Amino acid sequence: MNFKTVGVIGAGTIGSGVVADLVLHGIHAVAVDLSQQSLERARAVILKTVRFAPLFIKGAPKLSRDEALARITFTTRLGDLCGCEFIVENVTEDWTVKKPIYERLDRIMPATVCFGANTSCISITRIGSATRRPDKVIGMHFMNPVHMMPTVEVIRGELTSAETLAALNQLFAQLKKDAIVVGDLPGFVSNRISHVFMNEAAFVFQDGLATATQIDAIFKKCFGHKMGPLETADLIGLDTVMRSLDVLYDSFHDPKFRCCPLLRKMVDTGLCGRKSGRGFYAYPDSES
Amino acid sequence: MNTNDPNQVKEIVRNFINQSINIDALGDDENLFETGLINSLFAVQLTTFLERKFGFEISPEDLDIQNLKSINATAAFVARKSAATAPQMAGKKG
Repeated sequence: MNFKTVGVIGAGTIGSGVVADLVLHGIHAVAVDLSQQSLERARAVILKTVRFAPLFIKGAPKLSRDEALARITFTTRLGDLCGCEFIVENVTEDWTVKKPIYERLDRIMPATVCFGANTSCISITRIGSATRRPDKVIGMHFMNPVHMMPTVEVIRGELTSAETLAALNQLFAQLKKDAIVVGDLPGFVSNRISHVFMNEAAFVFQDGLATATQIDAIFKKCFGHKMGPLETADLIGLDTVMRSLDVLYDSFHDPKFRCCPLLRKMVDTGLCGRKSGRGFYAYPDSES
Repeated sequence: MNTNDPNQVKEIVRNFINQSINIDALGDDENLFETGLINSLFAVQLTTFLERKFGFEISPEDLDIQNLKSINATAAFVARKSAATAPQMAGKKG
């Protein structure tokens, strides 16, 4: 079956990207966030993403502002998700925040609806345990910017069913995305490796070995990476990187995941990367 | 600012591009995106700059990489948009 309406909980960086991607592919999105202020910020980001998508993606629809808005419902109420056929959850990377949301979703959503958990580090099996439908919980680790990344890391929890994976593949077919399906341990594949990389880059910067530009240039010019580790951290959000490292450290108790003190200090002072206008680099045109 | 003067428009666009990338002797017909000198984010910044600087709104139909791919292409696009916008502005002044 083709999905016509998908719910998106959390309209931050990735959530807004998911909404924009749904809109660009003709799927109605119900976007839920905590406050009208958050939703207004998300609306601006989503409209900008949809507006400029045709510049980068061949065949992307050229939607007017009104046409794009007609495909989105913005709300602060979880209850407004009742008509959705699939849910993508993208709230803060914090189990104390996610758990009650899944418990509530489980109560209000029809039993057939699957929940896609967009988490960078939290166990999908654990998320499933907060519901009475663990077979319908699956991990979807989108990369930023969502609408331009054709591949998604998909995590199958211990109890995730083949039918749920099939439903996800159907949604991805509509979004023209591919899934790489991996197993369920904290950090999965992408973040378990990439966060050690970004964290160590932060340590190198903290130790004064090189500037941020030099550190990133080493990997771009010597190794052919598209982006360096510190640029990537800024793009993800230093607060998100910090929280993910904390989850990894708590999960594995391995000191290789201990968060660089400088990263924590930057987050404490509001320097969260692109989303805040400044991280390791300055972003004068950010949405903040 | 005279948007009918292509040289003036090209200079404005060139100056904006040079703020983002450090390149000597950027050719007027050099395809900025194919050379890898700028990325997709820059296209967004350039679009926003053109709207603010020249006072027109770029419609979904206009948002085409072909209109922004080089200094000449961008200058020609600005001239077309300014000419299309001018009669509407003249009418409003009356």
